Amino acid sequence: MATPATFRIWRGDRAGGAFQDYTTPVEEGMVVLDAVHRIQAQQAPDLAVRWNCKAGKCGSCSAEINGMPSLMCMTRLSAIDLSMPVIVEPMHAFPVIRDLVTDVSWNFQAKKSIKQFKPRPPDAADGTWRIQQADVERVQEFRKCIECFLCQDVCHVLREHHKYDEFIGPRLLVYAAALEMHPLDTEDRVSDLRHKHNIGYCNITTCCRQVCPESITITENAIIPLKERVVDRYFDPLKRLFRIL
Amino acid sequence: MPEFQRFSYDVLVIGAGGAGLRAAIEAGAAGAKVGVVCKSLLGKAHTVMAEGGIAAALGNVDDRDNWRVHFADTMRGGQYLNNWRMAELHAKEAPECVCELEAWGALFDRTTDGKILQRNFGGHRYPRLAHVGDRTGLEMIRTLQDHGIHTGMEVHMECTVLSLLMDGDRIAGACGYDREKGRFQLWEAKAVVLATGGIGRAFKVTSNSWEYTGDGLALAYRAGAELQDMEFVQFHPTGMVWPISVSGILVTEGVRGEGGVLRNSEGRRFMFDDIPDLYKEQTADSEEEGWRYTQGDKNARRPPELLTRDHVARCINREVKAGRGSPHGGVYLDISWIKERMPKSEEHIKRKLPSMYHQFKQLADLDITKEPMEVGPTTHYMMGGIRVDGDSQMSNVPGLFAAGEAAAGLHGANRLGGNSLSDLVVFGKRAGRFAAEFANANGPVTIDEEELQTTATAALAPFDRGPAGENPYQIQYDLQETMQDLVGIVRVESEMQQALEAIGQLSARAERTGIAGNREYNNGWHTTIDIGNMMIVSEAITRAALLRKESRGAQFREDFPNKDSEWGKYNIIISRSADGEMQVEKRALTPMPDELKKVIEEMK
Repeated sequence: MATPATFRIWRGDRAGGAFQDYTTPVEEGMVVLDAVHRIQAQQAPDLAVRWNCKAGKCGSCSAEINGMPSLMCMTRLSAIDLSMPVIVEPMHAFPVIRDLVTDVSWNFQAKKSIKQFKPRPPDAADGTWRIQQADVERVQEFRKCIECFLCQDVCHVLREHHKYDEFIGPRLLVYAAALEMHPLDTEDRVSDLRHKHNIGYCNITTCCRQVCPESITITENAIIPLKERVVDRYFDPLKRLFRIL
Repeated sequence: MPEFQRFSYDVLVIGAGGAGLRAAIEAGAAGAKVGVVCKSLLGKAHTVMAEGGIAAALGNVDDRDNWRVHFADTMRGGQYLNNWRMAELHAKEAPECVCELEAWGALFDRTTDGKILQRNFGGHRYPRLAHVGDRTGLEMIRTLQDHGIHTGMEVHMECTVLSLLMDGDRIAGACGYDREKGRFQLWEAKAVVLATGGIGRAFKVTSNSWEYTGDGLALAYRAGAELQDMEFVQFHPTGMVWPISVSGILVTEGVRGEGGVLRNSEGRRFMFDDIPDLYKEQTADSEEEGWRYTQGDKNARRPPELLTRDHVARCINREVKAGRGSPHGGVYLDISWIKERMPKSEEHIKRKLPSMYHQFKQLADLDITKEPMEVGPTTHYMMGGIRVDGDSQMSNVPGLFAAGEAAAGLHGANRLGGNSLSDLVVFGKRAGRFAAEFANANGPVTIDEEELQTTATAALAPFDRGPAGENPYQIQYDLQETMQDLVGIVRVESEMQQALEAIGQLSARAERTGIAGNREYNNGWHTTIDIGNMMIVSEAITRAALLRKESRGAQFREDFPNKDSEWGKYNIIISRSADGEMQVEKRALTPMPDELKKVIEEMK
């Protein structure tokens, strides 16, 4: 049975905007994106929203739903109190383009600043490598990332302090971790992590890990081990002594 | 007069899924200046949704596998309407392309001796799919994206192409607009690669993303390219059917590859009831043998759940029509039953099918390690597309190339699972290489400024009509309903004639769409452009399906339920006549060389 629910959607552009209420019938099994689509088709044809797969695989429909950074396609209405208006707004850490769509291009630029994958020479004469499943699994966790940028959205270094020029944010630290821990990779990114990407800015509040729709253990499995590599190289007194000698 | 932002390239790639990115990397490596235009953000193309794996006869799990077996499997799956040259190149070159991905950072699952692991899939004789759990497409697109951004390609994200531009008979680039501001763009190029994917959004129930509106096919058709095999639209047997809001979302064939079984409401494993003659020899005759096959027993034959997609989709359709379906109009797909066969089955399922576990848990509140899923057919893949040369991927328009799902030929009447991801890299690579060669061998192009202005003016017309015009979303829904009901899994002449009439009326309505607001990120405006393309592909599908008076592969005609050997000699070709009408003709297949005929004979 369809029952009406109200969605308070932010409408506007870079110059500013305001919330607007839309009431639309909702049915069993619907997600927030379904309601937004229905509003778009029937009441607000120029409502801007980004989406692709509607199955939590592409990370396009990131937004903030009742204040929580979430994928609209993976947020079921049955998990939300519909007696109150559902507040849907664009991610706060990035400039708004229009309505629910934000300019996330900075993430793509920042990614280029990370040194690319550089494999060791092949293990076999036919040009292939031999890798054990156990060694693959550690990195596969990071490669699950769908680049929804919700972790970037919630990171206070970016969201509150706007350190875009100095800090690459949790998504790109996960990317750097995937490369650093890749069983075939030979590149060294530790110096960049400290000096260029300022991994020290992360004070491990774990907000990023909490909003990850892929449940990647961003803080514990990716960022902390990278911090340890930086600490080992630059702050371990014994190693510093050896370097001086 | 509308202003254009102007860019100039040797090779312009339209589409940034697997095929587009692979083409762009290859063209760049050949020294070409490359531009990439895509409708979404980089890395969001439909390729991310490919789950099962990439087919390549590496022979890592079963050393009886090689290109000859893969070639024969592909031809048989395609009911011998495939472009045999493409099937040959694909089978031979896929292994190298998989290794290339690994060299660029892709991390596939491993065998115990550290090689790339391969899994079973429908229609493949041996375990052949290199995979990463069930998120292989994401691994592939991310690898290509991350490698590609360091090769110098310029990416124009969130842009829609309105028209391909011609310089006489030759391609000269494309024009379109960016979504952010709605500014018009001109991408001048000596060669163009179309890698725009499929047409699934023309149907109501589909696994495809919003982008799959047949843009590349429609653009090429309007530029004078021929389309081929448009009647062959693949309905994947297992899409989600419940809840309604997720209807169509894909459930990977990997579930069946790992031992999942299909049952009707009576609990019967109905796939054993109807095994086609073509596959009798290779199919298990007991549940026991089928199980052994999924667990890697080389002496066992595949279970009937792993027959080709067209066949499984029709069997499910039959069960539902006969009143033996599940409560929401599908059938049951059960992987949880394997607990009877193996200890720690829950962990096993979560490890082998992590994305499916997650998808059902989140969207349907269902634990697939404990309960069966409800599934039914969903529009999934277009075997037809732009007709291309098997080696170079060039269409009949000089300088216009196509690769991946936008191109026709490799899959014939029906695609085998896993052959799509390998298609993307094998022919993306070829298209990129030959497009760069073409650009190198041909001088600069001249842009027809008048044509540019006409295109821009037409694109802006919906704003002139304003909100009083037709609602583009409603037209899209109506077209999807029409195609789903009248040109779907089971087709008949009278319904398809009705569909043609409806498409005509919808096209007329599409001419009268009106839009509120301005050009900045206006989804309503974007939809007016999409539906124009969807009308062309829908008409082409319907006309081709009407002409092919037989049932073969993905096409099932209720009025001609049998395969007709006479029709097995032809492809159906669609082109635009001088007066703008859609022409449909049958064209004889190119004869297969004896050595390839021999390969097929050997593998029977």
